[in-house]
Parts: sequence; C-alpha cells; structure tokens
Amino acid sequence: MELIFEISKNGKKAYTLPECDISSDKQIEQKYLRKQDARLVEVSELDVIRHFTALSKMNFSVDSNFYPLGSCTMKYNPKFTEYLASLDGFCMLHPLLPQIKGGEKLSQGALTIIYELEKLLCEITGMDEFTSQPMAGAHGELTGIMIIAHYHKLKGEQRKIVLIPDLGHGTNPASAAIAGYQVRAIPSGKDGLMDMGCLKKELTKDVAAIMLTCPDTLGIFNPKIKEIADLAHKAGALMYYDGANLNAILGKARPGDLGFDVVHLNLHKTFATPHGGGGPGAGPVGVKKELAKYLPIPRIKQDKGELSLDFSMKFSIGNIAPFYGNFLVLVKAYAYIILLGGEGLVEASENAVLNANYIMHKLKDYYDLPFKRACMHECVFSASKQSEKGVHAIDIAKALIDKGIHPPTVYFPLIVKEAMMIEPTETESKQTLDNFISIMIEIAKLADKDPQKFKEFPKTTPVKRLDEVKAAKDLNLSA
Amino acid sequence: MSYVANTKEEKSEMLKAVGINDGNIDRLFDDIPKSLRAKSFALPKGKSEYEVTRDIKKLSSRNNTGLISFLGAGYYDHFIPEAVNALAARSEFYTAYTPYQPEASQGTLQAIYEYQSSICRLTGMGAANASLYDGSTALYEACMMAIRITGKNKILSDMSVNPIHRKILYSYTGNLSIEFKEIPLVHGQSDRKTIDEYLDDNTAAIILQNPNFFGAIDDFTDIIKKCHDKGALAIVSVYPISLGLLKTPAEMGADIVVGEGQSLGMPLSFGGPYLGIMATTKEYVRKMPGRIVGATTDTDGKRGFVLTLQTREQHIRREKATSNICSNEALCALRAVIYLSIMGKEGLKEVAGLCFKKAEYAKNIIGKIKGVEVKRSSPTFNEFTLNLPKDPEEIIQKMLAKGFIAGFPAGRHYPDLKNYMIVAVTEKHSKEEIDKYAKELESALWS
Repeated sequence: MELIFEISKNGKKAYTLPECDISSDKQIEQKYLRKQDARLVEVSELDVIRHFTALSKMNFSVDSNFYPLGSCTMKYNPKFTEYLASLDGFCMLHPLLPQIKGGEKLSQGALTIIYELEKLLCEITGMDEFTSQPMAGAHGELTGIMIIAHYHKLKGEQRKIVLIPDLGHGTNPASAAIAGYQVRAIPSGKDGLMDMGCLKKELTKDVAAIMLTCPDTLGIFNPKIKEIADLAHKAGALMYYDGANLNAILGKARPGDLGFDVVHLNLHKTFATPHGGGGPGAGPVGVKKELAKYLPIPRIKQDKGELSLDFSMKFSIGNIAPFYGNFLVLVKAYAYIILLGGEGLVEASENAVLNANYIMHKLKDYYDLPFKRACMHECVFSASKQSEKGVHAIDIAKALIDKGIHPPTVYFPLIVKEAMMIEPTETESKQTLDNFISIMIEIAKLADKDPQKFKEFPKTTPVKRLDEVKAAKDLNLSA
Repeated sequence: MSYVANTKEEKSEMLKAVGINDGNIDRLFDDIPKSLRAKSFALPKGKSEYEVTRDIKKLSSRNNTGLISFLGAGYYDHFIPEAVNALAARSEFYTAYTPYQPEASQGTLQAIYEYQSSICRLTGMGAANASLYDGSTALYEACMMAIRITGKNKILSDMSVNPIHRKILYSYTGNLSIEFKEIPLVHGQSDRKTIDEYLDDNTAAIILQNPNFFGAIDDFTDIIKKCHDKGALAIVSVYPISLGLLKTPAEMGADIVVGEGQSLGMPLSFGGPYLGIMATTKEYVRKMPGRIVGATTDTDGKRGFVLTLQTREQHIRREKATSNICSNEALCALRAVIYLSIMGKEGLKEVAGLCFKKAEYAKNIIGKIKGVEVKRSSPTFNEFTLNLPKDPEEIIQKMLAKGFIAGFPAGRHYPDLKNYMIVAVTEKHSKEEIDKYAKELESALWS
C-alpha cells in the first residue's frame, strides 16, 4: 500500500483554523527560524480518512479476530468505557488545575475516580495503598523496584541482587537492572515450579527482592508461593508481584495474602482497557502499609469529603510520572470494575481459567504439553513434535493467520522449546474455542503429512513473510 | 455481568471435558491451597451499563472544564480536528496489540513508520522510534542513551528544562552513579557562561529545551558545538507545534531529540495518555531505546513493515536490554501522525504562527497593566513570563472565580521566582478572550 507521503500533492489541504483576529507585524528573528518548511504531507481530509481506514483493515484485532496471545490477555474491551473516557469533563481537564490554589475544588470528579480506583485495587489485591501513576506494566515494575531499593537504603542496607525465575517476563530483569541491581535467574524444576534448593542457596543477605508472576508464565499457580515469600522475608528480602497474570485469580487468591509486598497491575490486561496497538496501558503499583511512605509524589488524600493532592511526603521515591498516570485508561478500568462488581470479576477469572483448560485438554493429544498439570488462564504447548518434521512454532503461527486467528505468543517462556502460549480469555465463546481447536488439529495433521506446505503461509495477508534480517541490516526507518 | 460468552450448559459441558463432573468451577483452582485463598474480596455489587455511565458522567461534571485557560507549562490546549478522533476510534487499531506478527499487523506497523517519518521531517533528525510513554520518560531514556554512547557519567541539566521532567529524571537515576550539574537559571536564554565552566571531558550530555519552560526561544548551535568539541552529546527537548516555525534541533546539531507529543492531537486528559517523542541521528540509531519499525520486503519483493532492531529489547536481552520499556504509546503515535497529516506542511506552520502572534498580542496588552512586567529578555513562542507586583498564587485563585485559569506560578518550582507567572496562548484563544483576560488580571491585581 502507498505511504501517505506518496499521495501528497502540493496545494492540497485538510485543515481549517480560526482566522487571525489580531493584527501584528511582529516576527521571530530569522536566526531562530527553520530554513525549510517541515516536509509534512499535503492531502485532503478524505485522503487522510481513506488512507488510515485502509490501514486499519490490515490489522488483526480483538474486535475482528480471535486473539489468544498468551500473557497479553486480549479480552473484549467494552464500548461504554470508550465513551466515558471521551467525555469533555475528563478530556479537557488540565492536569495542573488541582495543583493551583483553588483548583482542587474544580477537579473533584477526576480525583474521585483515581482515589476510588486505588481503593478498589487495594481490596482486589490485598494491598494497603496504591498509586495510579505508572503508565505501563514495565513502568510499574521500575517504580516498584525503586520503592524496594528505597526501603533497603533507608534501612541502611546496600543489597545488590534481585532474584527472578528463568521463566519471568523479560521486563522483570530489565527493570531490576535499570534500577541498578544485579539479576540472578532461578531455574525451574521438571515440574515447572521454582527450584527451591537453588532458591535457598541464592537467597543471601545481598538479595533485595524476589520478583515473580503468580500464576507464572507457564500458567501454573505455584502452591509453594507462601513458602517462597516466608524464605524471602526471613532473609530480609521483599516480594515483588508482577501482576500480568492477576486476571487468573480474582477473588480466589490475593498477592497481599500470599506474602507479596509490592505489586504492579496491568489495567489493560486484567481490567479490559484496550491495548491500543501497543499502548497506552496503565501499570498502577500497590504496596503494604510499611512501604506506603515511599510511594511516588503526589498522593491523593481525603479530608472532610474533599480530595486534595499531598506533595509533602519526605520519604517518597520522588516523581516518577508528570501527573497521575494515564488518566483516561484509569477511567475505563474503573468503569469496568464497577460494572462487573465482585461477582463479575470472580466469574471473569473462573471462565478465563475454564477456557484455557478446555483448550489444553482438547489439544494435548496433538501437541506436546511440557508440564502436565492443571493450568490457570493460559496453557503452554511445545511444537517440538511438529518441529521434528521441520514445522516450527512460527510456521504454525503463520498458518493460523491464514485461518483468521491471531497466533498465540511463540517462543516464550524461554525455558520451553518451540513454545506456544495460548490465552483465550473469558470473553471467548465455546464456539470460537471449538473452531480454534479444530483448526489447530488440522494444522497438526498437515504438519505431519505435508510439512513443506507451511513455508507458503501466510498467503491471505496484505504481505507474505517479511525479511526481518534485511530490515535490521539495511535500516529503512523513515520516508 | 462479566462479558463471559458461554451459557450455563456450555460451561458444564466444558467442565466435563476437563474432567470436572460435579459442575464445580472452583475445582479448577485446586492448586491454590485453602490456606492461601483470598482473605477478603469485599467489592461492591455489579451495576448495569446505564447506572455506571450515569454515575461516571456525574463525576465528569464535577470537573470544571468551562474555564478559559492560559495554563500551559508544557501541556497545551490545541485544536484537535475531529478526523483524528474518528480514525483513532477504529477498533481495528485500538483493540490490537504490539505488532509481533507483522503479516497480521501491517496497519499498525505502517502507521508507526509514517509516524516515525513525520517526526524525522518535523525535527530534521535521521531516525525516530515508535514513541515512549511521555516527554519526561523520553528525557530520562535520552540521558541513559547518552551515557551508554559516551561511556561518561556527568549530565549538565539546564534549569530552564521542564522542572517536572527533571525531577523524574533525578528520581529514576537516584540509585545509579550519575552526576548531575544544574545550569542555573538566568533570565531568557540558557547561560552560556556556566555551561562553558561545567562542560568537561567527563560530560556525557547536556539537556536543553526549546522553547524553554519560561517560553524563551533559543538557538543552541554554539552550545552544541562546544559539547561536541568535548565529546559530549546534546539532548534537546522540543515542543513539536513550535517546529512549524522554529529552527530544528537537527539544524542546531542535536544528537538526541525528545519531546512531549501531547500537543500533536492528544487532549489534556488530566495527565494522560500522552506521547514521548524520541529521535536521533542515523549514527546513534542502534543505541536508541524503544520500539522501532522498519521497512523491508516480503517473499514476493513487496514492501512491508516489521518491528526491527529487536535485539536491543528486553524480551530478548533481558537484564542487558537498552531499556525496560516493552511497549510504546502506539495509539497516541497514531493520533500524532493523523494530526500531522491533517494539518500538513501549511497547517502546522499556520498553527505555530497563530500561537506566536496571539501570544505577542497578549504580551503587548498585558504589558500595559500597571505594575506588570512582561519578561522580554529573549523572544518567546506561545508562552511568556510575567513578573507580578503581587503573589501569583493569590491572583490565580482570584481569577478562577472569574472563569480564567490565569497561568502557572513559577514559584512552585523556582523559589526565587515567587512573583513570576507563566502564561500560555494557543490558536484557540480569541482576541476577545485575551482582552477580557487582561482586564480581569488588572482588576485582580488592583481592585
């Protein structure tokens, strides 16, 4: 398809602006001006509409395709929350309004949403206080690790290590390293659970925290999680909960009760806010009471029914975001939680887990299941059987695309060879799952019978397989 | 209600299929020991869509968005063409995820490629990434990038760079051994003398902002040349709308460009989502953090787009990654490229021109008020600074009652500037509003 720059034509125009109603001959001195106009496009409004509408049709999305991308929780995003986040009363509000004298009174509605959402997230996770500020999961991780670092520092301890299971999300070690820690990976045993012997050996006085997901990235709930937390606490380390998989256990278990000290959540996963093609998300962070004083500036406090901002926290890690987080995302998550209520949230988790187990049972005779135990919200298969015939996880992914299904996450977690991580979510129907299952079986049979065929897939898409090596070698990043 | 799609019968059939015959769905959670079950889950009962909508609409009306605002401080109320909203509301865009499977994500990938191209054309730089969270996190990532490139650890931080952004930078790096030297504020443009003094062989980068937090326009060419002579890089933070007119950071010789992209089609939204702009020279592109989209060809030789240079990223490099950020603000980048396409070459120039002219008009008329000094030690773009004869905090509060947000009190971040107020004007302000503002400011000061 043409680039928008390729349809540009001098003299075309798509904008209208208010007339300049003042007369002024004041000019900016030449030396401060750009030499040439920015080479932006010149097109009509309809050109723009047609172009981006055509682009939108070249995407798989939850609204048009089954999208069982493991770990990403591609559940349905309700439409009414989009409407609420577009209200002028939210969109037109300047974030500095509550920070000027007298302005707090004029932004009580927005402050209420954040304050109430933080309270709901506390109850959902069993934590004592939340900050809505982090703008994505990875941002939440960094914030959480900074809180942990601050805690140890103010205790006068210089701990240097963060322990992370080998099947953790890649962001975990990256966040810990960027906050200044050395990272040690704890291997998983044959049962898919953390190797406790190895953990005990690594858990020295130098360890600041253990950072993990629960259920983990294999979709397994580790029954020994409390034991791990107790060991960590005994060694003076804190427990960090990566909330990417919280959607599996709503109302069943809470990180706060399991012994976690710091959690981040991904509102765009568990609480159904759209993923936006890769953002914006929201990654609020919750902590236990003892850590609340380290939360980022500002906090929202309530006094006689009025909400206001508190900047006077002397133990805080400081500012981590310019304001209060991705506010419009917070509005959507808040609306979702209020609509579902406690029962709805439990139902969401139960059915997410049921859907994943259903797929696991129906496909286990066709694909290798490296860890044979009940799964939570996602199941991880290996295409090892198929790869013996030369059909790899990526080939299966491309075959699925031709069937109109977005592929599962492939090659993650790293400890599973040829991994295919399938997360159906609760909003998908049995009919959709059955269709997916029959296609996966068909693909397994084809892999056995005619493995060569896979090299052609996908062939129904706007482009066929793309040369990624060339993309990285002959960089072409802009037109 | 939970948007669960299956009937009771289907659920029990599925439970049977997984070996649970008594219909008890809770048995799926047998791996969670009884002692570890949730101690509480006291959430309110669910509500209907009508009730939730009604209640949240009511909350939205408790925010006063009817004020005439001259508040900017890095975040501006520009006009957003409705086509931006209409296209960004297409759910094929907003219900997709990171384009890991390029053949199924060409829409998002091409849009990001066009976004990167537009940012390059706007800033003059050789390469842009697919965006970061916001302007402040982009500034932090730029500093880390400069430290990686130079192997040095000292950053000169100009105090006229957005103070919130600098605070965030300092809290992120608190645990690392980075030395920050602040270039003190002088009225108007950045203080060349102190920069000369602080710049040494151990300097990784200087961070500058144009226009700066007080609205002053600068040309950093001379500073940047001196940095390069010492082996330091120059990070320049920009206000993208101003680039419709102003000298580009590339023309000044900048190595890394960052910016808050909110003004490119994002409403103010009480603080987010916004857009972190980042661009660099071709030389440093492989050191740049964040997602990057590249053009390539498919097996038929047809052009297509993929995420590229992924070997820098956390999902492959883990603790050795250039950044922990694993997403961008794709939908905001989409809004930005649509905005820039609608405005186009002429439109962006015209918006920038309107902002400048209206701000000049405002400076002129406000400057006539008794006791008010308009700072004129340097040219400004759409924002300027007033020295008031009374405490701006009080004046701002008084003017709220008259329906105006008068500006931002500089004393909040600069204790020495207690009487200064920063005022922003955009293309949305009419002459009538500016006249009325000046009148109300005068009366708040003197009556």
